[in-house]
Amino acid sequence: MYAFEFDRPATVAEAVAALAAEDAQALAGGQTLIPTLKQRLASPSRLVSLSGIADMKGVSTKDGVLTIGGGTSHARVAAEAEAYPALAAMAGRIGDPAVRNRGTIGGSLANNDPAADYPAAALASGATIVTDRREIAADDYFQGLFTTALEEGELITAVRFPVPQAANYQKFEQPASRFALTGVFVAQTADGVRVAVTGASEDGVFRWKDAEAALSEDFSEGAVKDLTIAPDSMIADLHGSKQYRAHLVKTMTVRAVRAAS
Amino acid sequence: MHISLTVNGTEKTGEIEGRTLLSGFLRDGLGLTGTHVGCDTSQCGACVVHVDGVAVKSCTMFAAEADGCAVDTIEGQAAPDGTLNVIQQAFQDHHGLQCGFCTPGMVMSAAALLKENPKPTEAEVRAYLEGNLCRCTGYHNIVRAILAASGQDLPAVAAE
Ligand SMILES: Cc1cc2nc3c(=O)[nH]c(=O)nc-3n(C[C@H](O)[C@H](O)[C@H](O)COP(=O)(O)OP(=O)(O)OC[C@H]3O[C@@H](n4cnc5c(N)ncnc54)[C@H](O)[C@@H]3O)c2cc1C
Ligand code: FES
Ligand code: FES
Repeated sequence: MYAFEFDRPATVAEAVAALAAEDAQALAGGQTLIPTLKQRLASPSRLVSLSGIADMKGVSTKDGVLTIGGGTSHARVAAEAEAYPALAAMAGRIGDPAVRNRGTIGGSLANNDPAADYPAAALASGATIVTDRREIAADDYFQGLFTTALEEGELITAVRFPVPQAANYQKFEQPASRFALTGVFVAQTADGVRVAVTGASEDGVFRWKDAEAALSEDFSEGAVKDLTIAPDSMIADLHGSKQYRAHLVKTMTVRAVRAAS
Repeated sequence: MHISLTVNGTEKTGEIEGRTLLSGFLRDGLGLTGTHVGCDTSQCGACVVHVDGVAVKSCTMFAAEADGCAVDTIEGQAAPDGTLNVIQQAFQDHHGLQCGFCTPGMVMSAAALLKENPKPTEAEVRAYLEGNLCRCTGYHNIVRAILAASGQDLPAVAAE
């Protein structure tokens, strides 16, 4: 790992100011960034730790909307997001206990790993990503592998999840990494059903619109069990072929609908 | 940069760089080499310690982040006269270790589990150990040791 300066600001404003320095980068739980630094795939001159910013931590619910501070750990969401059980359950299955004690929602969404769990939850829920300077709808936020709408030095300070009527996340785990080989998050709201898929596509997290249309008509397993999804843009690697992942997308969707209804 | 923290109940201070890992500070700075570094890539869990009471992989946390925190390591588990704590004794009684490399992390993870969930089921023990790899034991005796340490009767653990 190359050397860097280390800052531990106490407020969002101080952190944003510190991030304006050239080659400065935010550090949240470090569960992605520290391995990246060790491999020298990133070489910031300054790390700005978010761990001392109390305002960025916590889970609260008001008027049917669950708000999670951008610096809140996966373990805390698993324990405190009772208002949105499918989300709490998803957070409780990220990695392992030690990873969940350090890793944060902001770090996961900023990183936008194509196999991460939070992107599916945020996209299916129609969440709003709140930053130090604006609010971004989940539909505009995810822009492909490891790519998001965040600007240089922009911080996720909170994420707002409208709590759906029914929801479920089904993750088919890659047992060595514990990331999703394919994961499907289904959320039913008064406006219809949203289905978000992670781990499967070469373009990162995406909404499966055919399944959404079918489930909005009829929220049942039967509505999706005969649908198919084209394997063309699916990921192929040693863990699974394109066809295998396309099959998993459907199977995980069916299971999620079954569990949610 | 300067940090001060409580390690196994004792105040410690140290001079570190921003990039100093907590595992490195414990081992090289304080000489507490019971915290093992197996993979250094946050996969194996040999380096698990508790920071403010929760399990973390010390190879994937900067020492600077532990400033002002209470850190507990394997060295603080036995009594000062060397008497093993209940988890350590159970590992010995149930042959929960062979080479012992993974054991510090296993014991610290087990301690975190039993604090959260004093009477876990076998499935809960296995799920909690997802981030702790052992290349020797095949896990069964580790699971038995942790169940025994929780004061429960030992079920016929799978594959025996
Ligand atoms: C063994 C292991 C297993 C894992 N398994 C899973 C899994 O099953 N599913 C899953 O989804 N993830 C998994 N992860 C990843 C984990 O969830 C990480 O915690 C997460 O991806 C990154 O969060 P972090 O808080 O650690 O961020 P960091 O590693 O600190 O940062 C990641 C990136 O986000 C940026 N960043 C951090 N916080 C913010 C913010 N608030 N605003 C803007 N930018 C920010 C940083 O600058 C950096 O570029 C696993 C990780 C490990 C080590
Ligand atoms: S050495 Fe830290 S997880 Fe392996
Ligand atoms: S006892 Fe050897 S690695 Fe676990």
